[in-house]
Amino acid sequence: MSTDETGHGGTNAEGPGNSAGIHGSGRYLIQLVTPAGERISHPEFDPWVQDISDEQLCSLYEDMAAVRRIDVEATALQRQGELALWPPLLGQEASQVGAGRALREDDFVFSSYRENGVAYCRGVDLTDIIRVWRGNASSGWDPYTINMATPQIIIGAQTLHATGYAMGIQNDGADSVAVTFFGDGATSEGDVNEAMVFAASFQAPVVFFCQNNHWAISEPVRLQSHIQLADRATGFGIPSLRVDGNDVLAVMAATRVALDRARRGGGPTFIEAVTYRMGPHTTADDPTRYRDANELEDWAAKDPIARVKSLLERKGLLTENLQQHVQDKADAVAREMRAGCTNMPDPEPLDIFKHVYSSPNSWLDRQQDHYSRYLASFGDPAGANSPEGAH
Amino acid sequence: MTQMTFARAINAGLRKSLENDPKVILMGEDIGTLGGVFRVTDGLQKDFGTHRVVDTPLAESAIMGTAVGLAYRGYRPVVEIQFDGFIYPAFDQIVSQVAKLHYRTQGAVKMPITVRVPFGGGIGSPEHHSESPEAYFTHTSGLRVVAVSNPQDAHTVIQQAIASDDPVLYFEPKRRYHDKGEVDEAVDLSTALPMDRARVVAEGTDVTLVAYGPLVKTARDAATAASDEGVSIEVIDLRSLAPVDYATVEASLRKTGRLVITHEAGQSGGLGAEVAASITERCFYHLEAAPVRITGFDIPYPYSKLEMHHLPGLDRILDGVDRALGRPNSLSGLEG
Repeated sequence: MSTDETGHGGTNAEGPGNSAGIHGSGRYLIQLVTPAGERISHPEFDPWVQDISDEQLCSLYEDMAAVRRIDVEATALQRQGELALWPPLLGQEASQVGAGRALREDDFVFSSYRENGVAYCRGVDLTDIIRVWRGNASSGWDPYTINMATPQIIIGAQTLHATGYAMGIQNDGADSVAVTFFGDGATSEGDVNEAMVFAASFQAPVVFFCQNNHWAISEPVRLQSHIQLADRATGFGIPSLRVDGNDVLAVMAATRVALDRARRGGGPTFIEAVTYRMGPHTTADDPTRYRDANELEDWAAKDPIARVKSLLERKGLLTENLQQHVQDKADAVAREMRAGCTNMPDPEPLDIFKHVYSSPNSWLDRQQDHYSRYLASFGDPAGANSPEGAH
Repeated sequence: MTQMTFARAINAGLRKSLENDPKVILMGEDIGTLGGVFRVTDGLQKDFGTHRVVDTPLAESAIMGTAVGLAYRGYRPVVEIQFDGFIYPAFDQIVSQVAKLHYRTQGAVKMPITVRVPFGGGIGSPEHHSESPEAYFTHTSGLRVVAVSNPQDAHTVIQQAIASDDPVLYFEPKRRYHDKGEVDEAVDLSTALPMDRARVVAEGTDVTLVAYGPLVKTARDAATAASDEGVSIEVIDLRSLAPVDYATVEASLRKTGRLVITHEAGQSGGLGAEVAASITERCFYHLEAAPVRITGFDIPYPYSKLEMHHLPGLDRILDGVDRALGRPNSLSGLEG
């Protein structure tokens, strides 16, 4: 399947607002469910989700609702002073759940800091999601327990890690895939472009999953690119797909296409999931300073969860039972995360010296020794009662 | 024992690491078919294949970033940066990723990456080919930094670096690549001097002269010349720049009371400053004179016709030794 076939195989042009200010091929978005919840046929991509049963559709809805609830709860925890910061993913649930649920357990994810929905799909411990944002750790989880790297804050750096990991998969003769998530802003970074050079050169089994949420903090996507982001991949010789990122089925189909190509030795694929960051960049941001309320309204009408609910309703699946079940699940998830947050023990002062090196280091050992003596000079070896300045 | 060049000694060390551990993988520009611009990887791709000795596209950040991904996957990448001055595009990946991932993941993810960097001047190259960027990396926690000075160490330490679970920057003095020396290829890594230890390479009693990499040879020559004048210099090859083995330097200083440090890198904020400060803190009352730094100047690396003015040579080092000893020297009569 070539890029062009993919583009022309689409049946639904993107709506107004999606491509404002962006020139380019005018490629159609791959869409399987309209914003109104109508399932439309797509000969090329339907086969990739034909195994999705009613039950699985309900569970996709459940995951999206749970992820949104996590996001809302974490934002509340930040406002209540329990978290230092939180990067909301509100509006991107279909992109993250659609992609996350397409992955195999032995695939490995290299994400940015906003992919908490993907982490949820990987089975992350709910407390681990917020460990970083509470300031208790630099990585909430052991990457090998859920096959997902520690979230990356340096924009785009993780795309190289995914490409290298994929080169390792290739060397090992395995058929798993490295999947990297990044945003529209990251596509301007040298690392992302270099990653595509390496991935193409070595035909590495890596999927570049770009969530074009239209904003890199305050900078609109048109500042990053004058062509559609999916078209950037073409110059590297990497096939790309442009998918409606608020359509969970379309995202899952596109991701499966890319994964399948990688597993069968076909090399990398670039996916542009066109979505929208409904919230601020982080809880420290104020988007009213730079974006139009009308734009938000346009995108609210394309809400990914409302869309999947409409689809379920049309199929007669949106029963009260289901809604209650999903509500209960979301509440339980939120409760568990909140409890994990407020019960999280503070780290010990001397923890800052741990794991800098994997073996003793004479410089650091001396500094640790001196600092523990300093703390001990307050009569409390753990330093718990030392003045604030000692911390 | 085999007589071999510095470059060949590294090559033989890389070969042994490739043989002993299937997870070792070499990456870099021109390291395959060509064998590297200095031929350090000569013949390795032919013997180990293109998947173990990888010619990469020309993107240093990507070489380093993909090495991180390979390390995530359980590999031990050995990255060649073609010249010191080409390492800066990889700086972010080294400083933000390679150095920190073990810490950031509470030890779950190891970064056993070795970064080989031909460094230093003295070969008449155009700009960006003669730099000494080691202090950027010694200032970065999470990295181990070594600089080798002779074929045997080059051979042994490259294998120790690759075997280390921590990331190691391995600086190779490119103007010494063709120096020959006896190398014991049967060296036992477990009993060899650990890579984070300094070595006294010439014993003396009057002055401690600390050097590393390309200037160890110059320092030894200086010691030989000084002995003709009845001055006994103890030369220490630091070998490890992060961490510095202060115990060894301190033991020497307690004997001599006088310290001279020399490196090609510019003076301000360099290794010499670090060694001088740390030794002063540790054994102030054993010092008979202020520590002396004989280093490159705080200038961009100069055009090659004048590089020998920038590089500390034997005479400048001896002038510094005279200063440490309070003997007449070029700065006699100047205060401070």
